[in-house]
Amino acid sequence: MAIKTTREAIRDALIAEMERDERVFVIGEDIAGGMGAPGEQDAWGGVFGVTKGLLGRFGRKRVIDTPISETGFLGLGIGAANAGLRPVVEIMFVDFFGVCFDQVLNNMAKFRYMYGGKASTPITVRTSYGAGFGAAAQHSQALYPIFAHIPGIKVALPSNAYDAKGLLTAAIRDEDPVLFFEHKGLYDEACEVPDESYVLPFGEAAVVREGGDCCIVAFGRMVLLARQAADLLAAEGIEVTLVDPRTIAPLDTDTIVEAIEDCGRLVVVDEASPVCGMASEIAALAATRCPCALKAPVQTVTPPAVPIPFSPALEAAYLPTAADIAAAVRRTLQ
Amino acid sequence: MSELPAALDVTRAYRMMRLMREFEDQMHVAIARGNVPGFTHLYAGEEASAVGVCLHLADSDVLCSTHRAHGHFLAKGGDIDALALEIFGKDGGACGGKGGSMHVADWSRGMWGANAIIGASVPHAVGAGFAFSYRGERGVAVSFGGDGASNQGAGFESMNLAKILNLPVLFVLEDNGYAETTAAAWACAGRPVDRAAGFGIPGVEVDGTDLVDVWTKVGAGVARARDGGGPSFFHVRVPIFHGHYEGDPETYRAPGEVKKLRAEQDCLVKLRTVALSAGRATAAALDAIDAECATLAARAIERAQAAPFPPLSALTTDVCARF
Repeated sequence: MAIKTTREAIRDALIAEMERDERVFVIGEDIAGGMGAPGEQDAWGGVFGVTKGLLGRFGRKRVIDTPISETGFLGLGIGAANAGLRPVVEIMFVDFFGVCFDQVLNNMAKFRYMYGGKASTPITVRTSYGAGFGAAAQHSQALYPIFAHIPGIKVALPSNAYDAKGLLTAAIRDEDPVLFFEHKGLYDEACEVPDESYVLPFGEAAVVREGGDCCIVAFGRMVLLARQAADLLAAEGIEVTLVDPRTIAPLDTDTIVEAIEDCGRLVVVDEASPVCGMASEIAALAATRCPCALKAPVQTVTPPAVPIPFSPALEAAYLPTAADIAAAVRRTLQ
Repeated sequence: MSELPAALDVTRAYRMMRLMREFEDQMHVAIARGNVPGFTHLYAGEEASAVGVCLHLADSDVLCSTHRAHGHFLAKGGDIDALALEIFGKDGGACGGKGGSMHVADWSRGMWGANAIIGASVPHAVGAGFAFSYRGERGVAVSFGGDGASNQGAGFESMNLAKILNLPVLFVLEDNGYAETTAAAWACAGRPVDRAAGFGIPGVEVDGTDLVDVWTKVGAGVARARDGGGPSFFHVRVPIFHGHYEGDPETYRAPGEVKKLRAEQDCLVKLRTVALSAGRATAAALDAIDAECATLAARAIERAQAAPFPPLSALTTDVCARF
């Protein structure tokens, strides 16, 4: 099986779905690049190069660069989805939802319900997120819990290339609006990815590692760090179970609860702000669904509740590390 | 008022407008009795706008509306009983009772719904226009917005996109003079048609009390859009006969304003006068339409009042297609 980066796996899924279904098109800022400009076309393929090459394959009809106008083109995507097309809209950084959030909150998420089940908005919105790149407070956030909070939309949070391809394929084929989160720090991470298309169903967590001493639930890029922590701990004779929910709306609560019950100890690792985030959500799940199984207080590993700093020293201090996760696991075992 | 064009079906237009008026005026009374939940925004006075636009549309064309949508719903062919049931939050309503007055829709007829976030639905019309263009179809999308929406950024972004992508979209600004209590004359800098012109979109001023003016000017825009000519903009001035919402004490109005508007700016009176003088309808025929519409509206409202609420099992359905 071929080794592919997450960037390549996402592009694979886009190409396959565009070839499979004429209704699928991609739209966003600079997703080809060079629209109307005198120089090269498609040199960018989005700021992270994910959509590079699509223009040559599918042309300007289906690969549409936009003005910087998120409300306009996200709303266009919603309308096109209502009309039966399958738009894949790119919001360059999740931080930019600040200028178009109404289209998410009050529109794509609401139509099916508030119109009595008679509307369908099969839109996929891809966005990048995550700190670690010196991008500071307005280009680094991990805002996915805000979206999971809103009934009516689905939220995917792949942690590796294989999952990214299967989840994006599922997202594009889904009848409902999907927010697809791509961590900047995962684009160059690679693993085995089949060439052919496949679907990973939403709401099915992956049990990445089965240990039994302590359950770690980690999200997105934090799964990568949790794997490193698991290796550190294994060297000490501590075997962890690692659960990657893969989608947070819907959330596979059954698999998570089962893993917590098996281990009796829980560490949650989340790159989002700790207030009303996934860490507090999973801690609440443990408290409500399996409190008697817990042999130690739940530990959460998150950034502090501060905006994301620029200075490399401060940003490094902001982000959780594998060592932080390992230390949290050890605390549950004391 | 303008002369009646031969191609205009005067009787049909009059009937559509009268049905809206009867429904809204009777809803006003029902709401005052206190048994309609939530917020309702009535369309009475603005009928010529909805009808003058929608007479040019097929079910396959798309209409995106506002919180003041009862008229748009009926003009696009929505069922009056489903409308009344929805406003009362009853089973069998247009949205199964889950939307209410501010979200009435009939997706089977291209009525994409009332949308109660001001300006939010404008880009959806652009998306509908995009879909027509993408598929090589001759459909058009109409975005209705009020003078309040005309100051929202979503509208400007939508006009820009519709122009650069050359999409079959009609932007219809129904200017009733007030955004809730705030006067459009104060809140809107410059002229709306000049704003459209800033995007290279042709805009025209329309007398929204004159059905023929609406029908003629919008008709040209619809034909232009169907032929690939791109978006157009219409600044339709309309009176509003009830308050912003039902229960509104209307303290912002001038003394006697509504009485004067009803006496001088009633699109139905104007159409009737012209139709009779041109010999395009008889008084007896129009009287019969008036009576029929009054009965239809009364029956719809009575049935809705008596209808059961939705089953409680509906609370958790239709959040997602599959979850």
